[in-house]
Amino acid sequence: MNIIESIRFIIPEIILLGFALAILVSSLFIRNRNLPGLFALAAVVAASLYLPQTQKTNPALFFNMLTGDSFSVFFKEICLFITGIVILISMGYKALNEDSMGEYYFLILNAAIAMLLAVSSDNLLMIYLSLEMLSLVSYILAAFLKHDPMSSEGALKYFLFGALSTGIMLYGISLVYGLFGTLDLSSISKAMAQGQVNALAAFILLILILAGLSFKCSLFPFHMWAPDAYQGAPTAVTAFISAGPKAVGFAVILRIFTKNFFPLYMDWSGLIALISIFTMTVGNVIAISQDNIKRMLAYSSIAQAGYMAIGFVAGSPLGMEGVLYYILAYALMNLGAFGCIILVSNSIKSDAIEDYAGLSKKDPASAFMLAVFLLSLAGIPPLAGFLGKFLVFAAAIQSKFILLAVAGVINSVIAAFYYMRVIKYMYLDEPKGIAAGPKSVPIQIALAIVITGVLIAGIYPSPFLNWIRASQSFFAQ
Amino acid sequence: MHFPILSYIVFLPLAGGILILLTPKKNIGLIKATATAVTGLGLMLSILLLLKFNCANPSMQFEEISGWIPSINVSYHMGIDGLSVGLIFLTTLLSFVACIGSYGIETRQKEYFFLYLLLSTGMLGTFCALDLVLFYVLWEIVLVPMYFLIGIWGGARKEYAAIKFFIYTLAGSVFMLLGILALYFTSTPHTFNMLELGKTAGALTLGLQILIFIAFYLGFAVKVPVFPFHTWLPDAHVEAPTPISVLLAGVLLKMGGYGFFRISFSLLKDAAHYFALPFAILGVINIVYGALVAMAQTDFKKMVAYSSVSHMGFVMLGLASMTATGFNGALLEMFNHGMITGGMFFLVGVLYDRAHTRDLDKFGGLGVKMPVYAGMLTVFALASLGLPGLSGFISEFMSLMGTYPVFKLITIISIFGLIVTAGYFLYMLQRILLGPLNARWADILDINKRELFTLVPLMIIIILVGVYPLSALKYQLAAVTALIQKVGGLSF
Repeated sequence: MNIIESIRFIIPEIILLGFALAILVSSLFIRNRNLPGLFALAAVVAASLYLPQTQKTNPALFFNMLTGDSFSVFFKEICLFITGIVILISMGYKALNEDSMGEYYFLILNAAIAMLLAVSSDNLLMIYLSLEMLSLVSYILAAFLKHDPMSSEGALKYFLFGALSTGIMLYGISLVYGLFGTLDLSSISKAMAQGQVNALAAFILLILILAGLSFKCSLFPFHMWAPDAYQGAPTAVTAFISAGPKAVGFAVILRIFTKNFFPLYMDWSGLIALISIFTMTVGNVIAISQDNIKRMLAYSSIAQAGYMAIGFVAGSPLGMEGVLYYILAYALMNLGAFGCIILVSNSIKSDAIEDYAGLSKKDPASAFMLAVFLLSLAGIPPLAGFLGKFLVFAAAIQSKFILLAVAGVINSVIAAFYYMRVIKYMYLDEPKGIAAGPKSVPIQIALAIVITGVLIAGIYPSPFLNWIRASQSFFAQ
Repeated sequence: MHFPILSYIVFLPLAGGILILLTPKKNIGLIKATATAVTGLGLMLSILLLLKFNCANPSMQFEEISGWIPSINVSYHMGIDGLSVGLIFLTTLLSFVACIGSYGIETRQKEYFFLYLLLSTGMLGTFCALDLVLFYVLWEIVLVPMYFLIGIWGGARKEYAAIKFFIYTLAGSVFMLLGILALYFTSTPHTFNMLELGKTAGALTLGLQILIFIAFYLGFAVKVPVFPFHTWLPDAHVEAPTPISVLLAGVLLKMGGYGFFRISFSLLKDAAHYFALPFAILGVINIVYGALVAMAQTDFKKMVAYSSVSHMGFVMLGLASMTATGFNGALLEMFNHGMITGGMFFLVGVLYDRAHTRDLDKFGGLGVKMPVYAGMLTVFALASLGLPGLSGFISEFMSLMGTYPVFKLITIISIFGLIVTAGYFLYMLQRILLGPLNARWADILDINKRELFTLVPLMIIIILVGVYPLSALKYQLAAVTALIQKVGGLSF
């Protein structure tokens, strides 16, 4: 497909870019808190209307740099959804500086562009570039409260870890070029299918690339940045970092390993299983002792990445379905949880778990929703998180990774303890301190959307599963 | 039959719960009325179910099946047979009387009755579900309302008891989830349908059956509870408010026993034979250990809680026997224990509401001041210790009779547990009702009409089953005979 024809596949990215620039310029003249947010929201809605339709043939765009396959469309939908919800949440987040709202939404929209490009890249260089763009935007967003030392510290750690791990990944990519003479993923997988690859070289390469992507997904041992960055960043940005880049990281992992490096990957699935077990265990065990809810959710989201990795380890169609469903469910429930946290912190100005005491009496609706999201994260049926766990555990058992499945279920019991602890404070303890203030409308809209999603995806998941099945085309080939 | 009666029985409470959520918090009368109406309607439906139930038919009745998540072969499949029909009646009856018993709840009534009805849906659904995933979902739904019901309205150590209950049962049931998945992937064709699995899972190799059996065992044993997984029970039962203790003892424990019947023994028959002796040993440990610990208690409620541990041992014992008599005894013991111990917890609650203490040594001579209460307490205590003529005797006798030909020594040791049981119940009666009146209780009031109303239905059933056991046994005989044939046990 030539360049002119290719352009219609990137209309969403162009729309987002146009709106982003318009917001940046107009913010020089108009100082308004919510206007840039509404603009950004309009951009996301418009972009999602112009998403390319799922196609039977996977069109190669821009000289094989991008692809328009159904897998990328699925992730583009998820990424736009995440961005939309994050924008709604940001509109009601009081801690953001009113003067810089224009830049804020400019950055968010740029992050969205980077995500859309990353999930549709079919070339290692393009993957690297779009991931780097996403990272750079994320660093700035994490440091957005520039007068808050926590925010700066978190962002600095995020940046240092990110620079290191993407450096490692870039080195891996250079080795790929040395071995295969190309960075085009489909050419590489053809060469690999012919089986003339040195096993040791291939292993090193796998490790190096995985290192870079593990950082994005906060997989062990590249998870250390997450707690500080999550705690320091403005909560709306935390919500974004916890959902967006993680979804993208898994999309790229799945595209590289499950689709293209599959024969290579199968030899080393045991290693990934270990990574998954460590990720879950480290995340869950450390989360128990946290007393700041953002930090606790940071560790929880590390653990959640471990569960997602189970489906990836299995490497089967069911495992793929499990990962995709889990990413969807995770995005819904994590965005919801952070949305509730913002609602609460807007009125009580605190993120300490202790200050959630008696929330069910002060603000029953927020407490109820937060409880639903936490129970879903804990994997209690019939919520979305349960089905996600169910699918990845099923995939593990089907592929005979029994130990991994056992580690997974033991971890979900450990996790239940700290999720229930928040619920205990909200429902079992007596309220103290300030009463809840007025609640922001955009956040309530966002929460209404995600809680509906969590309930429907849990109770009647068929439409979601059909959608996912249609979009994971890898194993059909 | 076109009327989906099981779905109505299961989801009526949930619908009522949602109605309650929409009711203003201040309108407590309406909230209570809704909850009572919904549970009362459920009870009537389950009586209708008993009337329509064909006792001679050992297979599933009132089946309902429709697609739910077709892409992973999960269906909405419900049905009942002789194993579950009695437990459904038990659950609806206890839900109804415990709902009336809940009128005494004085704080946060709206949340209480919503959670209460959600709990009802979970319990009833567990006994109706024939799809393993549906079973698991409904089984787990019970956890969350129970956590809140203990944690918000419980006694002094409620938070500890609530989280302990939650974590223990969750830890057990996640292994059950792995068992469910293992059954799915080892069966051909892959299915979660319990009836299909009943035909195919028996053909699995013994090693595989044992593994899956253990996975399910962990889930069920925590709920029953079987020694050494029983430590959550005294905490939860003691701290929970009275109506919730009734449901905990009356219904939740039965979910574990029912799981053994419906899944472990029905589907994995070779493993069931393999584990018969361990089951019998665990059963006798439950009986004797539970009774001895109950003997040592000074807290009335804790004593009743440990008596549950002891009584559930008879269920284990009857299951281990692999005989028709033993199975019948075990199944009937679950029903009877629900009625008797449910009643016992009500009676503990009646006393606690008046005295605000449960210390057995602080009472004495109450028989004079509370004659009606004394009569009721005596009936329930005698039923619990297995006095002939009351229902507890029938089921325990059948369990022992079924087990004797198979495990002689174990049966003899179990009878020792019965003696201890008689000992602690009589000692309890003596300490509360007899002796000189403790002056503190000079103006204590006798049981009131509402409390009596919750107890009388249970008492009628206890006496009816005790005098004419076939009234309850007739529902389960055919199903148990079929089950015994399927697992290859002795049909005596």
